[in-house]
Amino acid sequence: MSKNKSEYLINRHDSQYEVVIGLEVHAQVTSESKLFSTSATKFGAEPNTQVSLVDAAFPGMLPVINEYCVKQAIKTGIGLKAKINKRSVFDRKNYFYADLPQGYQISQFKDPIVGEGKVILDMPDGQKEVGIERLHLEQDAGKSIHDLDPKNTFVDLNRSGVALMEIVSKPDLRSPDEVNAYIKKLRSIMRYLGTCDGNMQEGSLRADVNVSVRKKGSKEFGTRCEIKNVNSIKFMQMAIEYEANRQVDLIEDGQTIDQETRLFDTKKNETRSMRSKEDAHDYRYFPDPDLLPLEVSDDFIENLKSEIPELPDEKKKRFIEKFKLSPYEANILVSDIETSNYFENVIKKSDVKLATNWIIGELFAALNEKNLEITESPISAGNLSKLINLIKDGTISGKIAKTVFEQMMEGDKDPQKIVEEKGLKQESDPKALEALIDKVIDDNRDKATEYKSGKVKLFGFFVGQVMKVSGGKANPQLVNEILKKKL
Amino acid sequence: MSDITKQSLSELVENIKSKKLSSSEVTKAFVERSEKSKELNAYITEDYTNALNKAKKFDEKPNLDLKLPGIPMAVKDLFCTRDLRTTAGSKILNNFVPTYESTVTQNIWNEGAILMGKLNCDEFAMGSSNETSFFGNVQNPIDKNLVPGGSSGGSSSALAAQLTPITIGTDTGGSIRQPASFTGTVGLKPTYGSCSRYGIVAFASSLDQAGPMAQNVKDCALLQEVISTYDEKDSTSIDFKRNEYSKELTKDIKGKKIGIPKEYRVDGMPKEIEDLWKKGIEYAKDCGAEIIDISLPHTNYALPTYYIVAPAEASSNLARYDGVKYGFRAEGENLIDMYEKTRSEGFGAEVQRRIMIGTYVLSSGYYDAYYLKAQKVRKLIKNDFDDAYKKVDAILTPSTPSSAFKIGEKTNDPVSMYLNDIFTVPVNLAGLPGISIPAGHDAKGYPLGLQIIGKAFDEQNILNIAYAMEEKINFKNNINDWWIK
Repeated sequence: MSKNKSEYLINRHDSQYEVVIGLEVHAQVTSESKLFSTSATKFGAEPNTQVSLVDAAFPGMLPVINEYCVKQAIKTGIGLKAKINKRSVFDRKNYFYADLPQGYQISQFKDPIVGEGKVILDMPDGQKEVGIERLHLEQDAGKSIHDLDPKNTFVDLNRSGVALMEIVSKPDLRSPDEVNAYIKKLRSIMRYLGTCDGNMQEGSLRADVNVSVRKKGSKEFGTRCEIKNVNSIKFMQMAIEYEANRQVDLIEDGQTIDQETRLFDTKKNETRSMRSKEDAHDYRYFPDPDLLPLEVSDDFIENLKSEIPELPDEKKKRFIEKFKLSPYEANILVSDIETSNYFENVIKKSDVKLATNWIIGELFAALNEKNLEITESPISAGNLSKLINLIKDGTISGKIAKTVFEQMMEGDKDPQKIVEEKGLKQESDPKALEALIDKVIDDNRDKATEYKSGKVKLFGFFVGQVMKVSGGKANPQLVNEILKKKL
Repeated sequence: MSDITKQSLSELVENIKSKKLSSSEVTKAFVERSEKSKELNAYITEDYTNALNKAKKFDEKPNLDLKLPGIPMAVKDLFCTRDLRTTAGSKILNNFVPTYESTVTQNIWNEGAILMGKLNCDEFAMGSSNETSFFGNVQNPIDKNLVPGGSSGGSSSALAAQLTPITIGTDTGGSIRQPASFTGTVGLKPTYGSCSRYGIVAFASSLDQAGPMAQNVKDCALLQEVISTYDEKDSTSIDFKRNEYSKELTKDIKGKKIGIPKEYRVDGMPKEIEDLWKKGIEYAKDCGAEIIDISLPHTNYALPTYYIVAPAEASSNLARYDGVKYGFRAEGENLIDMYEKTRSEGFGAEVQRRIMIGTYVLSSGYYDAYYLKAQKVRKLIKNDFDDAYKKVDAILTPSTPSSAFKIGEKTNDPVSMYLNDIFTVPVNLAGLPGISIPAGHDAKGYPLGLQIIGKAFDEQNILNIAYAMEEKINFKNNINDWWIK
């Protein structure tokens, strides 16, 4: 396998293969109630406690579209710079399964609510545009639980009817790294919009991964396999790597690739055939006669546009232009809405450069160590802002600030108070410093003589001694100035 | 007061309002007659004790401002009724007791009516003779061994036999109008979207519509007024201005233009039907209407179109009856085996036939040739009516191509059975209102009906035409209570 820069190629003998990946992401719409019923959607509720007669498909029950979910889908479409279809149609996808009470899933087949759009990825060697084919709304199924009883399957319908957005990318992705960047970017956009919480542990974001390979330079697509329902970025990457190599091996072996649906076994780290094209379900899609075509007006869409917050790409641009951040710094700070909110709160009253360094450096490291999200940070934006101001106005040195910061991590305390209580205030009184410096020079007469005779390197030694004697509290800048004069 | 059950709804309402009759007296009379009429097999589930109790309660504190004060009635067993078994005429729902009420029946109870029981029907409303019901066929009170029509056959039989003063049915391709025609009663299929489908066991969602069945046009208008409401729980319910149909009813139809579609003169139509139609035209003229020949060129394609669209939707609508959540379940080796056994044993032959047809026409590779094409033809059929209504206010046709047939006569010939709906099906495909009124008898003395088709939302107009013609026709049903020993 070669990795010149970010190009991901699979080498076999004399051939190089490119991997072509397209994703169908299933994102749960953030909504209090389900797509076609008023049942709650809270995660982790007792089984079958969030199920209405509609969700359980009782005779004569009818779906009624949840307008909020429609708004969420359109907002997401706007966030993906996509075409919003003013007329879309709900279809029935028919199949039998115990956790699908209606015997069909209401989805959108021919006429989705959102058409073509795009997502911009920031890769190490530059930006990459990934095309969005479509976004459509559909119902989630319930959950079959097979491992609670040796003979019976249990069904939990809490999820039945929950609104999902299926976001289909074009086959524009070329490496596991790009897939990682794509999922993260998609999640970031939806979290900015508040349309999907992106929580992969809770199943709010999962994906079907389409993988094919072709010789480098070829324009034709190879036969693809679809890896179903992968629920973490890590697993997606592992599955792609395994699957791409499997396909290359087959081609190198003179065999053909069957178009099929495969499953990723996370324990064995391999993909396995689930069903071939011949065994593919015939879903008998047709427009759901219980629902009229969904029509939205220009005004409806324009109103939603006015509700769209600043999205990561625009925010990044602003951070670079207004705050003179590097693209690297801006990328990190806009990657999720909570981080960027935190950052903007900190810099309301403090220096941007220092704030950027402290957040990306100390704060992220400390949070990482404690396995905390930015929203769970023990240090509030306001207090971090105060700390930065204490550094900026010379009250404390950067070094002391780290000690203060550590104490703040133990519980959100006002840094001013910590400094006062522990007497960490920087010594900036020239007279006091002069006395201190005189004493250090006095105690090290021999070294002072050496310095004067040209051993200028010893300057650092004197600075160190002064700092040591002051308990780290001496203002380093003043120490430098006074030392130069005195020596 | 004798002969309570012979009274029309309007008479009963009048007598209860003027306190000449109590709800208990009326309910008791209909319950007693129903109990003596078991041979008709019109009921699937009786709820007489509750009905009598409700009547007693009504009489204790009668609200006489209601439109159906203390009026007992039985309804088609396709309407879900809270705490009372609802079977849709199928084994698969044999033990199903809803915890909810359909909007249409709720509207009826809100106006003071009292439920007596659930009436027999073809299984999932699929049939034209009530012979596909898991609960057995229904006798037409007109004659022994005669079908009452279908799928609302229990409703038409109970109504004609005066076991219930009024009733409701559902009409997907003629299931109200054909049985009304076969039993000498009045049946209205309202405009699609007029009556909520919420809580009605679905057959074909884009065609299903509940409607009133009554002894006369006035009663029919009153019941339509009660059941037709806009309902947010049904996305296909339409919010239009609904008339007070019974109050606004008038016999003055002078100058109304009534169209006669030439395509309804089908091959092999009995002369009796042709004659009835001609008679109908004369009655309409007598009422002051103007008769205009019109063309509905795609009429011939209506039946094949219907038998693609309806089974397609049914095949999907009936997927929920899988033995997992409610209703009948056969034990199986595994999930698939359980599905197969449950659905093989739970559904009857006609339902299985339609599920198979529907599954076939939706299958990939056949969808475009069948379902999609059928939808296109459906649009053409609707366009035909739209064009016709530029020239006329309503359309007059026979309701059925024959009078009621014998039980068993068509059971082995589904196509000939399907042909029975030839005049009613186009109306469903176009989503229009249509009413069947009794208009005469054939040589055997069996009733024959005429159908008046209206513009969408123009129920008032066809009710008026029916009301005017009803007076001229002066139809009398010959029912001799042969089943009462």
